[in-house]
Amino acid sequence: MSLGPYASYIVTSYTLVAAIVLILIVWIAIDYRHQKERLRELEASGVTRRSGRQATDI
Amino acid sequence: MTLIDLANPTKFLSLTARVLPWLAGAAAILLLIGFYQAATAPDDYQQGATVKIMFIHVPNAWLSMFVWGVMSVAALGTLVWRHPLADVAAKAAAPIGAAFTFLALVTGSLWGRPMWGTYWEWDARLTSVLILFLMYLGLMALWRAVDDPSRAARAAAVLTLVGALNLPIIKFSVDWWNTLHQPASVMRIGGSSLDRAFLIPLLVMAIGFTLLFVTLHLAAMRNEILRRRVRSLQMMQASQQAA
Repeated sequence: MSLGPYASYIVTSYTLVAAIVLILIVWIAIDYRHQKERLRELEASGVTRRSGRQATDI
Repeated sequence: MTLIDLANPTKFLSLTARVLPWLAGAAAILLLIGFYQAATAPDDYQQGATVKIMFIHVPNAWLSMFVWGVMSVAALGTLVWRHPLADVAAKAAAPIGAAFTFLALVTGSLWGRPMWGTYWEWDARLTSVLILFLMYLGLMALWRAVDDPSRAARAAAVLTLVGALNLPIIKFSVDWWNTLHQPASVMRIGGSSLDRAFLIPLLVMAIGFTLLFVTLHLAAMRNEILRRRVRSLQMMQASQQAA
């Protein structure tokens, strides 16, 4: 596969898209862990939901 | 499970836990197939290999508008139906939409430089998409700036609906004004003007990116629901300590 004289523009475009999508995925995964951790801390401190269920229960 | 059931955040969380792995898998498979097809697609007779940028530029450009459309429906949900997940959906979609809009702008510039001889031109299509990107950033700032979530939700919903006026401007800018940007070639009256060798990989990539958005959006909504649960539990904890 030859990308011709403008290969750098094509490769940069695809690399940038892959990087931003990866950043989005990692950011959302880290945020999920962070929220679950905060809920575990609240649960450990004895706070319960109005429904009576554990803070980390879905 | 009916649509009404999904108004319950707990039921929504249970549903997302079940569907997220399947959605993520489907998005990954489609994007891999699309990438392979894009890599092996023939060169365009005029643009050469730079036509490969189209396979990522167009899906990101389509999603930049689609995500705002989703947020506009959610804004109606906040203002009209007071749906408990409407603001969650809009707030979770905004950073993802901003990322897709940023990618549409940058890949468009990188495609424009070799084809038009310039990275940027202040014409109607490019400028209206830049305005869309700035509106995404403005909305994200608004949600962060207002402490009261219900006030922030209403203000953001109004701003989202005002911003939706920009969507037809973006879509028809290439017809209404002189612009360097090419006119519509996929969704147009009379059918697509693209050859099947380009159209099929483009559609596969577009569906793959759309599934990627749905996956990321559901995951971000789940995070936002948990964030709000943390906030309400912290408030309960504070009131218990004060009592």
